[in-house]
Amino acid sequence: MTDAPILSVDDVQVAFPVGGLMKRSAILGVAGVSFSVRPGETFALVGESGSGKTTLARAINGLQAISRGTITFDGDRIDNLNKAQMKAVRKRMSMMFQDPVGSLSPRMTVGDLVTEPFRIHGAEGRDLRAEAARLLTLVGLPADFATRYPHQLSGGQARRVGVARAIALDPALIIADEPTAGLDVSVQGEVLNLLNDLRERLGLAMVIITHNLHVVHHVADRTAVMYLGRFVEIGETEEMFANPHHPYTAALLSANPEPDPDKVHDRITLPAEVPSLLARPEGCEFHTRCPWGKEKCRVEAPPPGDVACHFPLEPGADPPITEPAL
Amino acid sequence: MSTLSISGLNVFFSTEDGPLHALKDVAFEVPERKIVGIVGESGCGKSTLINAILGLLADNGEVRSGQILFEGSHELTQLSKVEMQNLRGPRISTVFQDPMGALNPVLSVGQQMVNIQYRDDASKAQKAARAVEMLQLVRIPDAESALGRYPHQFSGGMKQRIAIAMALMMEPALLIADEPTTALDATLEVTTIELLKDLQKKIGCSVMFISHHLGVIAELCDDVVVMYAGEVVERGTVRDVFHAPGHPYTRRLLECDPARQTERTRILPTIPGEIPDLRARPQGCVFAARCLQQHLGCDQPQVEQNLGHDHAARCNLADEVSNQEVSA
Repeated sequence: MTDAPILSVDDVQVAFPVGGLMKRSAILGVAGVSFSVRPGETFALVGESGSGKTTLARAINGLQAISRGTITFDGDRIDNLNKAQMKAVRKRMSMMFQDPVGSLSPRMTVGDLVTEPFRIHGAEGRDLRAEAARLLTLVGLPADFATRYPHQLSGGQARRVGVARAIALDPALIIADEPTAGLDVSVQGEVLNLLNDLRERLGLAMVIITHNLHVVHHVADRTAVMYLGRFVEIGETEEMFANPHHPYTAALLSANPEPDPDKVHDRITLPAEVPSLLARPEGCEFHTRCPWGKEKCRVEAPPPGDVACHFPLEPGADPPITEPAL
Repeated sequence: MSTLSISGLNVFFSTEDGPLHALKDVAFEVPERKIVGIVGESGCGKSTLINAILGLLADNGEVRSGQILFEGSHELTQLSKVEMQNLRGPRISTVFQDPMGALNPVLSVGQQMVNIQYRDDASKAQKAARAVEMLQLVRIPDAESALGRYPHQFSGGMKQRIAIAMALMMEPALLIADEPTTALDATLEVTTIELLKDLQKKIGCSVMFISHHLGVIAELCDDVVVMYAGEVVERGTVRDVFHAPGHPYTRRLLECDPARQTERTRILPTIPGEIPDLRARPQGCVFAARCLQQHLGCDQPQVEQNLGHDHAARCNLADEVSNQEVSA
């Protein structure tokens, strides 16, 4: 994977205006993040709800204006395009939205849904019925599903239809927002296997957004952990799972409940609440919840780098003794 | 005495294409002061079960037979609307999956928490004090000022804790929690579980915890009930069921959990196939079409096999299945 990146995000910031006439200010939903994705690579964005994952995805797809930074797709800047230009970009960069059933129009048949991308982007001379059959087969659904409506589908089937829509125009990049949320464990595996398989067969690059760490572990080549709109850690997935360097990453990994009632949990508990974006903490923004926090963390923001921490954890570091969370 | 004792429960929905048998011969207990997890894929009847217990089945739904005995004395399927209303809230309460949807966005948290105490004769100030006490119990910082704030001013984890505080305010005998941690990240999920455990002990209530997250069930629950296509296919203590699953479905479900796969893998295990059409239930085992361990008896109705103290599985092969190792 030495090719040039298909997607580069450089210091992107998304600001939302808040307050009325008297007290106008802005909060930063995404507060300056940078990463790149190479062809054929899967990149995961992890973080809790409200950490800015979806906002970042929408910014990349041009659904959300950015207030700083640049986004480059396939060598061209795409953050300053108008609607018509962006439409052309979306032909090669597709998005799978959250909620498998909710993201499909209830009044369109599956056949119409999977061929809608062709109608939007010009389907000169294409046999839409044949395309529908081809796409449904590609995602492992029987071709006669084309006549069904979304309410007749299970969650996993609806998600497959979403995948079929996303790959219809043969894109170079797919952005998948919580592709497995709300699906049963047995079906989660199916969807992830499908995405992995298509990626290999079609040479796709993928950005997967999720709060499920188990999902990340099995599909992502590289992972970024988001907290309050920033990356606190970015790196190779396997390396990160084996040796998390940022305390937040370590806490997330240690919190993962496992289906074994006798498992002894060696958990890192995070005291206090997630701060509001309206009142970002001074210094390191994680210091209010960090069990390892020192005086320096209170006053000084950590230097830029792959791990946003003054005192990155060493492999096998013991968690400090803390008061129980909350 | 069990807080909730369900036996022989059969629920049907009438549909255009004929009757749909949503719950079939469901039977299990929620013992006093215990947390019982209900696991199963979507469409297995978890929500129908909750609605049947709460008396909130849709108009086309009907409990055709069976008993739902609450606290040994109330037969919930026989109660009138008003009698049921008097139980819902003070005696049986519910926490739902989506904390934002459960709270009224245009009323402050304090107003909502005072409003739901409408049955009490206490003064408004007393009710507000009670609300503060509950918010403190669920560890909302600065509980007094929280009363004046609106739901959107709280984080997802805090909203869910407020919903829990409201559900437990009347100290019910039974709390039904419907996937309360699904919307939260791993750290908040764990703190919410710990909190529920804690409060359950303090209040001494029973909890019916619905989830498809096996890890959460393992950590929180005493007993577990595994449902498939509207039937209870296995039930027992969490330890028995997770360590020696007796039903092939339970076994497959455990094997599918990505959390069991500690080694990174490109191809995750799945359970191919779909839940059968509940309008035309198969004569034999409901899981047969997706099961890897088919044998001659699968086309016969399955009988619940006892596998030990309070551990049973509805599979004629259960004894054999439970002796196999769970492969990771």
